[in-house]
Amino acid sequence: MGAILNSDQANVIAASSSEDGFSPPSIIEFFPPKLFEFGPDFLGQPMFAMTRINIIMLIMTTFLLVFFFTALRKPQLVPSGIQNLGEVFLDFVRVQISEEVLGHHAKRFNLLLTTMFFMIFAFNITGILPLMHIAASSVVAVPLILGLTSYFVFNYAGVKQHGLKGYLQMNLFPPGVPLPLYLLVTPIEAVSTFIFRPATLTIRLVANMIAGHMLLVLFYGGANYMLLVSDSFLLKPLGAFSYVAGFAFTLFEILVAFLQAYIFTLLTAVYISGAVSEEH
Amino acid sequence: MIKTTVLADTTGESVEGIQLLLPAFYDLLFGGISFVLLLVLFWKYALPRAQQVLEKRTDAIQGGIARAQQQEQEASQLLRQYREQLADARGEAARIRTQAQAERDELVNQARTDAQVVSEQVKQQATASLAAERGRVVTDLRKEVGDLALELAGKVLGESLKDDAKAKAVIDRFITDLEKSVGKN
Repeated sequence: MGAILNSDQANVIAASSSEDGFSPPSIIEFFPPKLFEFGPDFLGQPMFAMTRINIIMLIMTTFLLVFFFTALRKPQLVPSGIQNLGEVFLDFVRVQISEEVLGHHAKRFNLLLTTMFFMIFAFNITGILPLMHIAASSVVAVPLILGLTSYFVFNYAGVKQHGLKGYLQMNLFPPGVPLPLYLLVTPIEAVSTFIFRPATLTIRLVANMIAGHMLLVLFYGGANYMLLVSDSFLLKPLGAFSYVAGFAFTLFEILVAFLQAYIFTLLTAVYISGAVSEEH
Repeated sequence: MIKTTVLADTTGESVEGIQLLLPAFYDLLFGGISFVLLLVLFWKYALPRAQQVLEKRTDAIQGGIARAQQQEQEASQLLRQYREQLADARGEAARIRTQAQAERDELVNQARTDAQVVSEQVKQQATASLAAERGRVVTDLRKEVGDLALELAGKVLGESLKDDAKAKAVIDRFITDLEKSVGKN
């Protein structure tokens, strides 16, 4: 790329790291200023504080409450409008995730899966919503709460189904493996089932949201700088491209918001299904 | 600058990359509150209501199917009844038609018989009156012929035989014989 840059552009890019030039997005985005804080510090944090991301969480929670309250306030046999929408969403989780993966266990876990799906989707989609522009799930606490919930639920379900001994045996000593291989299999299974599962659930979600936000800030920030701030006319087409790419990634982020909610919920269902399944 | 992991945020605090994976208390708190609120929403409100309406809908559809089946049954029963009634009515009509035809035939025959009787009577009367007429005519004629014969005989014999009973009897016998011979011819 350096070969096609003329000196003008090179100067601009060099200038971008200067004080009044282009500043690329950074992880500071995910540590917005605390609006207020009180209580003694603990582990280097105040005991209680609030940021705009927390406000976004509360807004989205309120939105879900209002949406489902309105949708199912007077449920009609022949649904219309918002009720139809609410039922379609609920049915999606129940049929496509709970019943699809868990079969006759679906009823017991549908509540958890439904809550997870809608919370994750609502918190993800704020990444592209006007005024909010950051996913509420891009702070690790949210995926962590859900990942740990998933972890406890699938382990609890497995222990309840098979007893502690049976459940551990099922997971750590899968049948049909030659005896010496247990030296290898058992530690791998232990780590993958009991450590990696909640960690991957959490990190997959938070990393997707962080990356999506970074991309959007980079493209829109770049477009803004190249189109409006920079004096170089040569950067204008690149700025336009950056803007179009930002728009494309906004659409992509809608897909990602849905897909990550779906994956998280589906994997939780799969883990529960594995824990309660009779065969093994 | 991008690659450095220690950055200054807007409040001047420094942020390290690893902090992206370390949850803040306030985020845990508000995330937890949100999760619990949503759990309660779906547990106590949304899912039971959705389930309820789903069951009602199932009932309604099954009820609708049952009703439709019942109505279909009733309709087919009604159709069978109508068909039976129609068949009955057709039989009845055929029977009535046959009866009517029979009655008509009877009437026609009756009328014919009556007419024959009447015509017979008329003929008989006519024959009788004709015979009476003939008798009268014959009597008159016989008297006339007798008178003429007497007159002729009187003229021939030169005397009147008019009141002579004997002569009259002779003439009558003659005429009867004449009639007989005429009748034979």
